[in-house]
Amino acid sequence: MITSTVLASGAVSGGEAVTFWILAPLALAGAIGMVAARNAVHSALWLVLTMLSLGVFYVLQAGPFIGMVQIIVYTGAIMMLFLFVLMLVGRDAADSLIEVLRGQRIAAIGLGVGFAVLLGSGVYRATQDSTPVGLEQANAGGNVQGIAQLLFTDYVFAFELTAALLITATIGGMILAHVERRKEDKRDQVATMKARFAPGNYPGPKPGPGVFATSSSVATPARLPDGRLSDRSTPDILPVRELTAEETTLKGTEK
Amino acid sequence: MNPMAQAPSLTDFGHDPWWLILGKIVFAFVVALLGTLLGVWFERRVVGFMQVRPGPNQLGPFGLLQTLADGLKMAFKEDILPKSADKVIYFFAPAISVICAVTALSVIPFGPMVSVFGHQTPLQVTDVPVAVLVVLALSSMAVYGIVLAGWASGSTYPLLGGLRSSAQLISYEVALGLSIVAVFMLAGTMSTSEIVAAQGQGITFNLFGADIQGPGWYAVLLFPSFVVFFISIVGETNRPPFDLPEAESELVAGFMTEYSSLKFALIMLSEYVAMVTMSAFTVTLFLGGWYAPWPISLWSGANSGWWPLLWFFGKVILLVFVFVWLRGTLPRLRYDQLMRLGWKVLIPVSLVWIVVLATWLKAQDWERNDRLVVLGIVGGIGLIAALFWPSRKPQPKPTLVEQVENRPQGSFPLPPLDLQVPPSPRTRRMVAEREPANAPAGQDSQEV
Repeated sequence: MITSTVLASGAVSGGEAVTFWILAPLALAGAIGMVAARNAVHSALWLVLTMLSLGVFYVLQAGPFIGMVQIIVYTGAIMMLFLFVLMLVGRDAADSLIEVLRGQRIAAIGLGVGFAVLLGSGVYRATQDSTPVGLEQANAGGNVQGIAQLLFTDYVFAFELTAALLITATIGGMILAHVERRKEDKRDQVATMKARFAPGNYPGPKPGPGVFATSSSVATPARLPDGRLSDRSTPDILPVRELTAEETTLKGTEK
Repeated sequence: MNPMAQAPSLTDFGHDPWWLILGKIVFAFVVALLGTLLGVWFERRVVGFMQVRPGPNQLGPFGLLQTLADGLKMAFKEDILPKSADKVIYFFAPAISVICAVTALSVIPFGPMVSVFGHQTPLQVTDVPVAVLVVLALSSMAVYGIVLAGWASGSTYPLLGGLRSSAQLISYEVALGLSIVAVFMLAGTMSTSEIVAAQGQGITFNLFGADIQGPGWYAVLLFPSFVVFFISIVGETNRPPFDLPEAESELVAGFMTEYSSLKFALIMLSEYVAMVTMSAFTVTLFLGGWYAPWPISLWSGANSGWWPLLWFFGKVILLVFVFVWLRGTLPRLRYDQLMRLGWKVLIPVSLVWIVVLATWLKAQDWERNDRLVVLGIVGGIGLIAALFWPSRKPQPKPTLVEQVENRPQGSFPLPPLDLQVPPSPRTRRMVAEREPANAPAGQDSQEV
């Protein structure tokens, strides 16, 4: 099974060069834009651009698996979590323009450019005359299969250690963020309902005056389901009174 | 004819002339657009049928042109840009969704090797060794369209929709990826065309000494993965019952509340293209791709030439129907239910299933005795666990009268249990005074 890409050979093909010269400026622009953007979400999006370009670079350099994983994991999951947090913080979260240290920005730009030139020239001089070897051998059994074989043989310990580290970090974060509540503090639905209907607690809203009563007067107390009078239904300033039979008889005006 | 001769492998890609590549790309694009055009109509008709009403039936035969008319109407509507919107991102967000949804169709195999003007070429735009990961990457990029649309609108409901969708899609992507791992393990490849080819062979397994020819579809062989995968893609495409980002009863229209005109049309387009793409992806991974289903596959010519296009799109339409069916049947989940299903059900089930499958695949190479020993150990542990599993004895339920009698003093009073509320004196009096309406019949009625 030939699964290595066509671009895996040592020589730089035309398509590879074209893709590189299109995406390299984009990747750089993304990096600069990330630093320069005032808005936090814009910064994150510039970084997404850089990460996408890097993913394509990996694919170009005969590492299709790592390229796609870069896009899925970094761009799709990690940056999405960043965005999630940024959106929670609020859309107006922007950098302030006040310079705390005088001349810091100029100095940072100068040092950054100098470092980039140093690094770039160093890498350029180091790789100028070298020819890439071993790409075909590495991808001989297929790119994914090759990575899997290395991960599960030579690097299995490092791989598992990284996994343990990540899990520890995750659990640590969860413990720090977790608000411990004692068991008796938590009331589930059943307990809430039991407390609601416990003796001495009135479970419902206060009955309106006149409900199930013999008169619609505000002063007439409501009747509880078993027929007793409830003094919760009448205003405190009014005396609770039951109307006499004479008072409740119809006055003969309804006909 | 050997059916495997028709199945393309990775070496068959990359030899097409430019016009053929262009033609394939246009074909995939047209599939996406037609899928949307017909998909909206299909959904409205099917949901109409399920709700016992006609659905769109005026424009064109069976109302087929209704979507076209709606699209034209949308194009001529006013394009509103909210004052507080982030203009650039607001503009680009729908485009991101559409591009990601359409691009994913490029690695879907529509059919086997066919002859186009003398060129032998696979019916697939392209294939790479990690084609399945390409689809996953694109679907994870499509989230940006929704999230950014919600954020850039600069208003509350879209922001809430965007937040919901980012958390939801990340959760369901994990389950999606885990369910595909089982397919990789069985197929031994991540290229879509080779996964389809692996399903075309069928499997032979040894049951009590007899060789039995089994089906090759991974939906059958990897049924738990298939179930998890399908639930996940429903969540991934924001379709009901997982359409919380646009829950219209809570968030107006969610992330697309502020969108109008062509941008809104683009969002709708991306939603339906994603549905078609994900259905095609499911068909590729689990339902045998373009291979003919069982009764048709008895015909020897079913899997060659242009026929497989028919089987492929038939399966896709069937899956789109299931999507619509789910929408017509299930109520929307609450957000905590959605998260619980994703993290506490789908992901653990996937993980356990992968371990079981890996053990099973590994055990194929073992000696018969070793296999029996392992089976015995696992079965024994299971049996002991089942024996000593703490069981909760159901308490005998007290009767209603007992419950009433056991209530403590001072409880809320109950109405009488025989449900006979004593009539109020006023009612009694009025009944007595009134002339009886149904007076006992007199002599006349007896005579008749």
